[in-house]
Amino acid sequence: MILAQLEGQPLVRWDWVADHLDDIWAATKEHLVLTGIALGVGLILSVALSLLAIRYRKTYTPITWITGILYTIPSLALFSILVPITGLSVLTAEIGLVGYTLLILIRNIVAGIDGVDPAIKEAAIGMGYTRLRLLIQIEVPLALPVIIAGIRIASVTTIGLVTVAALIGKGGLGFFILQGLRRFFTTEIVVGAVMSVALAVAIDLLLVLAQHALTPWVRAKATV
Amino acid sequence: MTEIPINDAMIRLEHVSKTFPGSGTPAVGDLSLEVPEGEILVLVGPSGCGKTTTLKMINRIIEPSSGVIWVAGVNAIETQPHELRRQIGYVIQQTGLFPHRTIAQNIGTVPRLLGWDRPRIAARVEELIDLVGLDADMANRYPGELSGGQQQRVGVARALAADPPVLLMDEPFGAVDPIVRMRLQAELLDLQARVRKTIVFVTHDIDEAIQLGDRVAILNVGGVLEQIGSPEDILREPANDFVAEFLGTDRGLKRLSLIKIHTVDLDPGPVVVPGTSPQEARSVAARYDVDWVGVGTPGTLAGWLYLTEVEHLGQVPEHDLRPFISRLTTSATLKEALDAIVSTRAKVAAVFDGDRYLGMLTAERISAEITQ
Amino acid sequence: MEFLSEVVHFFADGANWVGNAGILNRTLEHVGLSAFSMAVASLIAIPPALFLGHTGRGGFFAVSIVNIGRAVPSFAIVALALPVSIKLGLGLGFWPTFLALVALALPPMFTNTYTGVREVDRDTVEAGLGMGMTGWEVLSGIELPLASPVMLAAVRVAAVQVVATATLGALVAWGGLGRYIIDGFSQGDNVEVFVGGVLVALLAVVTQLFLGWVERRAVPAGLRKANAAREGNVEAAVQVA
Repeated sequence: MILAQLEGQPLVRWDWVADHLDDIWAATKEHLVLTGIALGVGLILSVALSLLAIRYRKTYTPITWITGILYTIPSLALFSILVPITGLSVLTAEIGLVGYTLLILIRNIVAGIDGVDPAIKEAAIGMGYTRLRLLIQIEVPLALPVIIAGIRIASVTTIGLVTVAALIGKGGLGFFILQGLRRFFTTEIVVGAVMSVALAVAIDLLLVLAQHALTPWVRAKATV
Repeated sequence: MTEIPINDAMIRLEHVSKTFPGSGTPAVGDLSLEVPEGEILVLVGPSGCGKTTTLKMINRIIEPSSGVIWVAGVNAIETQPHELRRQIGYVIQQTGLFPHRTIAQNIGTVPRLLGWDRPRIAARVEELIDLVGLDADMANRYPGELSGGQQQRVGVARALAADPPVLLMDEPFGAVDPIVRMRLQAELLDLQARVRKTIVFVTHDIDEAIQLGDRVAILNVGGVLEQIGSPEDILREPANDFVAEFLGTDRGLKRLSLIKIHTVDLDPGPVVVPGTSPQEARSVAARYDVDWVGVGTPGTLAGWLYLTEVEHLGQVPEHDLRPFISRLTTSATLKEALDAIVSTRAKVAAVFDGDRYLGMLTAERISAEITQ
Repeated sequence: MEFLSEVVHFFADGANWVGNAGILNRTLEHVGLSAFSMAVASLIAIPPALFLGHTGRGGFFAVSIVNIGRAVPSFAIVALALPVSIKLGLGLGFWPTFLALVALALPPMFTNTYTGVREVDRDTVEAGLGMGMTGWEVLSGIELPLASPVMLAAVRVAAVQVVATATLGALVAWGGLGRYIIDGFSQGDNVEVFVGGVLVALLAVVTQLFLGWVERRAVPAGLRKANAAREGNVEAAVQVA
């Protein structure tokens, strides 16, 4: 009976969309906030762990090993393991979301800095750069394209994962997808999916623009 | 080269050695050297001879295992490495330019590290861009937009920015094509004539060493100093078989490239005035053991012709002579003279100062110059 | 502590292991559907990717498809598979889950197979052609073996992803280990939720380690370094669940 109801309905009922613009906007904002917190905290942790890995090489393997396991554990499984401890809360969602960003971000930060031409580093040291100055003024700017590439992957990934957090009640646009499934109402599923993709594309575009603005020398090279 | 009093040496290495961790044999073992102020010392040798290691110990990119290094009267080993390095210009093969900074910013790197104010840096950058022969409008471009040769000029300008007394150059012209390399070498000598830095220059190319070095240090595997001296001295008298072999089988030719024509005595040559009789021409030619005569008045040389042609004409003519194709000046080298000799049928090189004829060089004369 | 002892009791109780809703059967369902979906996705994705990679056509398509695949949340794919399955008359449970998992595995396998073949050194291919190999011989004898490390890494990454997403099948009335989580949520039974989470996490990690081991065994010795170097790219191309 319910299935028949699903069979008969159009893919998107626009009247429903028009009636729920406020809800859609609120869910989008929640989605952005959840993503922003996850990326922000993830970036801070990743920078710290990357610095550790760069300074003490031996720590890199265990760091990638542990963050690799975090990355491998499915988000829903991680939420499920956390719920008995931290409850159906934003904290539960964010622990999981942050966990997923770490491997991608750390790997890109370390690879970006490792990828800086040794000749450039030698020239800098030869001119009297201290270790810290070398890192901040030379290595990090030159690693930016790779680091931003990591942030792009992490942001798209996180936006997707936030939808899963709907199952623990904190899912932003994922809420519509879950509701749609429960009520066999396609419109809500499509709205959740499309808005989530749109958000991912928009954020990705912003990051591409940011990279363009932050690394003008990359384009200059391409003109030769 | 006269002995330099010890205290005048701009750079001094005393029993310096370097053994890398995990290696049983030293890369450089007990090396002592000094470089007087204003000299270009070229370190040259086969790969593994420790020439680059030696260079990098001077600015402590590589820490010596033992020994003492003095730079500009300061004990380099006891100075903070980054303080030391800001007093030493450093040029490397891959240029090491910062790709994310403009040419002007690259050149201003060390002045900025030293805390110069902006107007002073800007003025210095402008001056250096001009000094190394770059266009002023390149200042705001990025290194990626420049050719290899231009990048290397920026590298040199950057090294000179804070006017350091010492310049270390690690195969700076190794990655550019031969034509550009020759031009950069000439520019470096030109620049050095103006700025008079104390330069240590590493290369594996013996020709580059001979061309650029006031003195050349030839190193063997393990940083063993086989010979040090002026290029002329080393070419004339290689200290041992290793040096002789490293210099190559064309050592004589290499020496010729170091000797300018004005340093040798020229021969007037078998030259007669127009109107000279065939008998007179023949006796002049006989003295030089040739079958031709040059034609000219004192101070000029119009051309030459065979004795058979003089006999046919009845006297030495004034016109319709065979020309001397290459007219050398006194600043040319004996190597160029030899090239002229083997390229003309008369088998001599005629030397001029402008239009004035100075004399001739023969293969025998040149040979005598390097076998004396 | 009390909670943990309840969890231990759950695992200790033999009744929770057997039967239709037992751990063994749920695990078998989970692994079975994941493996079947992977097999179908491989059959669909790899042949055209090999062909396009060999001919060098469709590069833009290959890059786009993985980017789109990454932007669509796996949860949305599962949810959207439901109306599709019903429109096709396939109903709830197995089919929507299966469709979602195949759709999920296609982009990374297609794209990595394509780029794996494209990234084979063109000089090596030219050497093969120069010795008189046919197009088929180049593909099977040079390009496929040289691309195999990237392809195997893509299979591993896609498989972990499929195992993870199969958990969501419980939302469209399918079985598998996701049942514990979804049922636990709806009944407010944290023990069941936790047990489900642990089992799914274990299965994902085991899948990752097992396929990683297969990869190391299967990749020609001469290529193992290149494999390690490219792994990062492969994983970056996949949406996690």
